[in-house]
Amino acid sequence: MTLDTTSAHEAQTLDQVVIRFAGDSGDGMQLVGDRFTEISAAFGNDLATLPNFPAEIRAPAGTIAGVSSFQVHISDHDIVTPGDVPNVLVAMNPAALKANMSDVSPGTTLLINSDAFDQRNLEKAGYAANPLDDGSLAAFNVYPVPMTSITVEATRELGVKPRDAERSKNFFALGLLCWMYTRPTKPMIEWIEKRFADKQTVLDANLAAFRAGRNFGETAELFDNPYEVAPAKLREGKYRNIIGNLALSYGLIAASQKAKLPLVYSSYPITPASDILHELSKHKNFGVKTLQAEDEIAACGIAIGAAFAGALGVTGTSGPGVDLKSEAMGLAISLELPLLIVDVQRGGPSTGLPTKTEQADLLLAMYGRHGESPLPIVAAKSPSHCFDAAFEAVRIAVKYRTPVILLSDGYLANGAEPWLLPDVDSMADISVEFATEKNHGDEFWPYLRDPETLARPWAIPGTPGLAHRIGGIEKEDGTGNISYQPENHEHMVHIRAAKIAGIANDIPLTDLDDDGGDEVLVLGWGSTWGAITAGVRRVRLRGRKVSHAHLMHLNPFPRDLGDVLSRYRTVLVPEMNLGQLARLVRAEYLVDAKTFTRMAGVPFRAAEMEAKILEMYA
Amino acid sequence: MTDTGVTLTRKDFESDQEVRWCPGCGDYGILAAIQFLLPELGVNPDEMVFVSGIGCAARLPYYMNTYGVHSIHGRAPAVATGVAMARPDLHVWVIGGDGDMLSIGGNHLIHALRRNVNLKILMFNNQIYGLTKGQYSPTSEVGKVTKSTPFGSIDHPFNPVSLALGTEAGFVARTHDVDRKHMMEVFRRAHEHKGAAFVEVYQNCNVFNDGAFAGILKRDVRADMLIDLKHGEPIVFGADNQLGVTLNEFGEPSVCQIADVGMERLLVHDEHRSDPTLAFALSRLADAPNVPTPVGIFRDVERPVYEVEVQRQLAAASERSGPGDLAALLSTGSTWTIS
Repeated sequence: MTLDTTSAHEAQTLDQVVIRFAGDSGDGMQLVGDRFTEISAAFGNDLATLPNFPAEIRAPAGTIAGVSSFQVHISDHDIVTPGDVPNVLVAMNPAALKANMSDVSPGTTLLINSDAFDQRNLEKAGYAANPLDDGSLAAFNVYPVPMTSITVEATRELGVKPRDAERSKNFFALGLLCWMYTRPTKPMIEWIEKRFADKQTVLDANLAAFRAGRNFGETAELFDNPYEVAPAKLREGKYRNIIGNLALSYGLIAASQKAKLPLVYSSYPITPASDILHELSKHKNFGVKTLQAEDEIAACGIAIGAAFAGALGVTGTSGPGVDLKSEAMGLAISLELPLLIVDVQRGGPSTGLPTKTEQADLLLAMYGRHGESPLPIVAAKSPSHCFDAAFEAVRIAVKYRTPVILLSDGYLANGAEPWLLPDVDSMADISVEFATEKNHGDEFWPYLRDPETLARPWAIPGTPGLAHRIGGIEKEDGTGNISYQPENHEHMVHIRAAKIAGIANDIPLTDLDDDGGDEVLVLGWGSTWGAITAGVRRVRLRGRKVSHAHLMHLNPFPRDLGDVLSRYRTVLVPEMNLGQLARLVRAEYLVDAKTFTRMAGVPFRAAEMEAKILEMYA
Repeated sequence: MTDTGVTLTRKDFESDQEVRWCPGCGDYGILAAIQFLLPELGVNPDEMVFVSGIGCAARLPYYMNTYGVHSIHGRAPAVATGVAMARPDLHVWVIGGDGDMLSIGGNHLIHALRRNVNLKILMFNNQIYGLTKGQYSPTSEVGKVTKSTPFGSIDHPFNPVSLALGTEAGFVARTHDVDRKHMMEVFRRAHEHKGAAFVEVYQNCNVFNDGAFAGILKRDVRADMLIDLKHGEPIVFGADNQLGVTLNEFGEPSVCQIADVGMERLLVHDEHRSDPTLAFALSRLADAPNVPTPVGIFRDVERPVYEVEVQRQLAAASERSGPGDLAALLSTGSTWTIS
């Protein structure tokens, strides 16, 4: 695909395009990126997005540190990544241009707000000379557009002060892009009218700026023609656009409904998980109770207390919060109560990169507690898959009376894609029965296990005759009484491990995209799914056979994983960490897995994935 | 709450587990007071949950024939908050010591009190770490020589009642392990209070801090050293009711001879004052249990209960939007169909 086209007035058809909006943190780039995405989704394109913003709410204006961007990939066919590099870069100021130059290749369209390229902004961005004048952008299709002044002009008659009018320039850019890619205008106008209904001046200014952007495209004769990206022929069904945190929240509500357990979600604010708390707190008519706890530890303790009392206890956080919750997670392992811990991973260690993505918490999830303390781990692979992963994590937690860690990450949390809506009525019933009867003669034994699942009975307070005490001290299997007996502890350590290992019989076999070769298998987990899928497609287009296995269950692994790995000459494990899954499969299956690692705070690119896979044939 | 229709006894609240505190520990008396009281309250043991953290006191739930969770160090108020939030119908009691609740779990204690979760929080204060064998605690006096402070503690201690009043807890009281009747009365009032109730229980650790409260609790000094707060009455104490409490021009309390100041100058205790200032002033009378020390109920003021408010918001949401419709929720916003 290219944007270098011969002159024509008709809209020209593209199969896909990657657009990146970049500006200052205060320029509203996330907002217009979101809007362009929503319009494209409703139009029927397949899409994937990559928001990228600094942790600071407002870094110094005009500086490289303050640049915020939003990349959206739209297409007329099935796509799986937000695109490696943009075909179109919208740069609202010199810093936004400079910060993104490393990602643009010759021929890329640069839509530049020329008004912002004054001496002061150029200096802040570290430009010695104005790149619009010095020929340094000669290899690109540069369109300098005075976005600020046209916006101010367009809003002048509305009585908007120039300073306020300037703030609408993001809508000008959106209007121009909507013209360039023939996006429907009506839903955008309706959205602006609804969103700013209580601020008439802002509404008028944004609307005027949006229209001015469209009109500019039509009349300025800068552009040869607009482009069309037709709707994608995806699987039949009803779709919506969704980001990972929203899908995950919906997954929890759905699981609560299908488990017939009221959801208690307690959480401490932390990027990038806070939106789950925000979302769930809206849905009280689903019986969802949310609590913003005093700290991460309390958030986990509250969820455990709720679980003891018979609710679906869930706590959500990011890596630093998981560190803090680890003792409470150990308690839940010992109490053998259902609990879900959501870890929306971000760059670490310590505070690390709060707004950037990473998958370096796998070993933390696996081993980050004292003692032998196994728990199941489930990972989401795409924004919409966060729904399924949350549902599955709850199913396991409830059925096996165990804490489960659900791994998402910053990219999934904020990234968007179309979602084929599930049929609510055909979703599995994941409810379990509470204990209501004594189970050992005239006594109730809280640790008398189901022989198949090894789960213990869940007897909730208020159940007549089943009053019992449980705690974090080692207990005798069966009775649950405190026991320091050596043989009993040995037995309990093994039975807790066996319970988790046994879940392998209750999860699907390895999700394997096998094209019949036996040379290279790419093994992934979590959000690398998109980049691996795209890389694998490219390698196949080059005539190579390559298979892709993607793990949703990381503990236990699918029961056939060892067999699958043994069928290939080379196993390549791409991860946004230093090789954590590779270490696990090496230890478990003695397979000489090759690692491919990247920790740049952004997802792998399809091109680098393709190149790395091809290396495996050398 | 269901009425069992059967009169229960102390036995109905005793579990089959052997009580394993050191012989002579004050915890035995507190456990007995709780087990004597509960039948009188008409509470169904199956509708009670005792939640504790870690420490000697925290073993208490194992000895109660109710539902119970022996959780992790300091976190009992959080776990109990989860129980109460999920199930406002239950009676939830929290048991812990001074180290559990004021040191490692201080944050959870103040937030449970601030939120006003309907928890009955009994803090057994023995001014020492017992289960770890004798380190100073956040209520130990300055200068205390322990295993971890061989040259004497230089930490200033908390006054637990002042701390609880500082959180604006609705119910704050103090009692002690040598007077079962007093304990039962204070626990009863805590139970009757709607919302978070904090009770400091002076408790003797006869192994690591024996006699910590002897200066006020020994039989021969008690009359002159314990100030038994009674709502609506002038604060009077002493073997011959010769002592009282007055406030100076700054609102600071002091002990006086009634003969010197006259009854009319004595402070009249009002546990229902919505402003916690006077209660706080009373709590400042004694920094340590070696001067006349108030016991009883410092404050009993009702305010909105956390889990009741949670339920109210849920009910209002259902009233407003109807019960949740999952299919409708998932398709919120723009959707499109591919056929």
